[in-house]
Amino acid sequence: MNANRIDQQTLLQNEQDPLTHTPVHLLSLDAVGKNYGNIVALRDVTMAVDNGRVTCVLGDNGAGKSTLIKIIAGLHQHDAGTLKIMGEERKFTSPRDALDAGIATVYQDLAVVPLMPIWRNFFLGSELTSGFGPFKSLNVQQMKDITKKELAEMGIDLRDVEQPIGQLSGGERQCVAIARAVYFGAKVLILDEPTAALGVKQSGVVLRYILQARDRGLGVIFITHNPHHAFPVGDRFLLLKRGTSIGYYDKKDITLDELTAQMAGGAELAELAHELQQLGGHNDIVKEVQADVADVNEHR
Amino acid sequence: MTQTLTRPPVVDERVGRRNPLQKLLGRPEVGALVGAIVLFVFFASVSQTFIQPNAFATVLYGSSTIGIMAVGVSLLMIGGEFDLSTGVAVISSALTASMFSWYFSVNVWVGVVLALVVSLGIGYINGWILMKTKLPSFIVTLATFLMLTGLNLGLTRLIGGGVSSPSISTMDGFASAQAVFSSSVNIGGVEVKNTVFIWIVLVAVASWVLLRTKVGNWIFAVGGDENAARAVGVPVKATKIGLFMAVGFCGWVLGMHNLFAFDAVQSGEGVGNEFLYIIAAVIGGCLLTGGYGSAVGGAVGAFIFGMANKGIVYAQWNPDWFKFFLGLMLLLATIVNLIVKRRAELK
Repeated sequence: MNANRIDQQTLLQNEQDPLTHTPVHLLSLDAVGKNYGNIVALRDVTMAVDNGRVTCVLGDNGAGKSTLIKIIAGLHQHDAGTLKIMGEERKFTSPRDALDAGIATVYQDLAVVPLMPIWRNFFLGSELTSGFGPFKSLNVQQMKDITKKELAEMGIDLRDVEQPIGQLSGGERQCVAIARAVYFGAKVLILDEPTAALGVKQSGVVLRYILQARDRGLGVIFITHNPHHAFPVGDRFLLLKRGTSIGYYDKKDITLDELTAQMAGGAELAELAHELQQLGGHNDIVKEVQADVADVNEHR
Repeated sequence: MTQTLTRPPVVDERVGRRNPLQKLLGRPEVGALVGAIVLFVFFASVSQTFIQPNAFATVLYGSSTIGIMAVGVSLLMIGGEFDLSTGVAVISSALTASMFSWYFSVNVWVGVVLALVVSLGIGYINGWILMKTKLPSFIVTLATFLMLTGLNLGLTRLIGGGVSSPSISTMDGFASAQAVFSSSVNIGGVEVKNTVFIWIVLVAVASWVLLRTKVGNWIFAVGGDENAARAVGVPVKATKIGLFMAVGFCGWVLGMHNLFAFDAVQSGEGVGNEFLYIIAAVIGGCLLTGGYGSAVGGAVGAFIFGMANKGIVYAQWNPDWFKFFLGLMLLLATIVNLIVKRRAELK
């Protein structure tokens, strides 16, 4: 299984090498903006998503990441700029609308209904049925089998698809949601902070599934505030701050350190180091922050 | 712990490892079922008459009048809402049928059909206001409850000039409607009311819908996590409004039974019954916060209610004690449900 996966990855990486950009982006935003009353939540954001590529959206709390995904996922409508799917301009009026256009969103906290069995969650909203008119009934066994198979293909080994999904770990739940989106033919997969509430090991697991989704040809939008998670898997990086874009890079144009520096902002880090020193913070931590500051300044 | 260590690594081998008893105990209605058996044994031992077929038919009839409504109320509770207007809505439905047929002197079936429209309409309005305002269902249906109570009394006096609807027993279609909504079937010398069969059919249909259809999946989802359900494309609004209308339908069935069991309805009746339906659903293992429960559970809850209600009479105790027992049972049943559920989930 493991060797197989590596094989597949090297294969795909070779294929990716010439960077064959499709002339038309799978999804593209051009100068998109959104106001809530007199509050500007998002202004002038431009980004693109392609097949088999991961576009990372980075930003701190309140940077406008949630607003951005809500627009793409159809929960809110943008009021400036354009959103294009395969070159065609669209404005989604509901999550269903976005889903029908092939955009699936995996939310950090509301990806699943905890008390429901895994297989019911997997097929929720797109149940398989047979029969006529009002007598349509669920193909329970078929759905259970598919759930089990799809999750196994994602490398998730489950004892029982009948158990409530709330019993799974946070990482596993994310993976079920990702597997679900992949199975239902999503072309664009939006992942909203999938690693935010997870430990190091679990985060690694989720990152691996992001790559698997990419290798299956999906365009992935990976929202995070952690550059260490974004950099290893991302192909493009959009940095948001206070509702506007402060940078949009291809992977070849930026390093992890630069990305971290851009994210944190050198001045803020210096201020933090100073503050910690004044508070009598632990020496090691202060040194670490100071080293970071030096690092940031060097890259500027 | 040792069990975990000895588990073979093959995936499918592990599926059967979950103790079937634990799996059974994980079902929502098990707590209630245990309670029902205990209660049955208890009353059977204190009263000789309780286990006689005729008495048992009476217990079943009593259970069915609660159980028919408990079907709808259970589904609604699984869907994450409740309805305090059910008790008086039953009477509204019965009054609509009788007053309309009487006032316009038409076949009672016209009134029966109109009552169905009114009942579904009340459910629709409840659901629509709820979804539109996003107020808690407690407030919305409490308002409906008060308004319907007032309308029942006010309109009955305005149209019929009394506190009860005029008798419709001599009108066209009364006999056939009575045969449908309130008749008895003789089974081995025991008269069993047909509401018992209507109840069983409703429970069967509700269980099928809940466990084997798309809509059932949606009901669990909107009750379990409304936002998650909406995000994956479940029509939350339609599902919830549909649930309120299903409660309306059950109210219509019971309302028609109440009307045709006699030939008139008291306009002030029904107040307080909404709690009995909710109690039946809760005793039956439906989670008050939604997302968990079963139609069978609601039926078992109603059966417990019926047994306690009639059992006290057969045991020749003072019926004054009934409410106390009901409260005690509600408390015990919910605690048992909680413990059973936790045990099963911890494994």
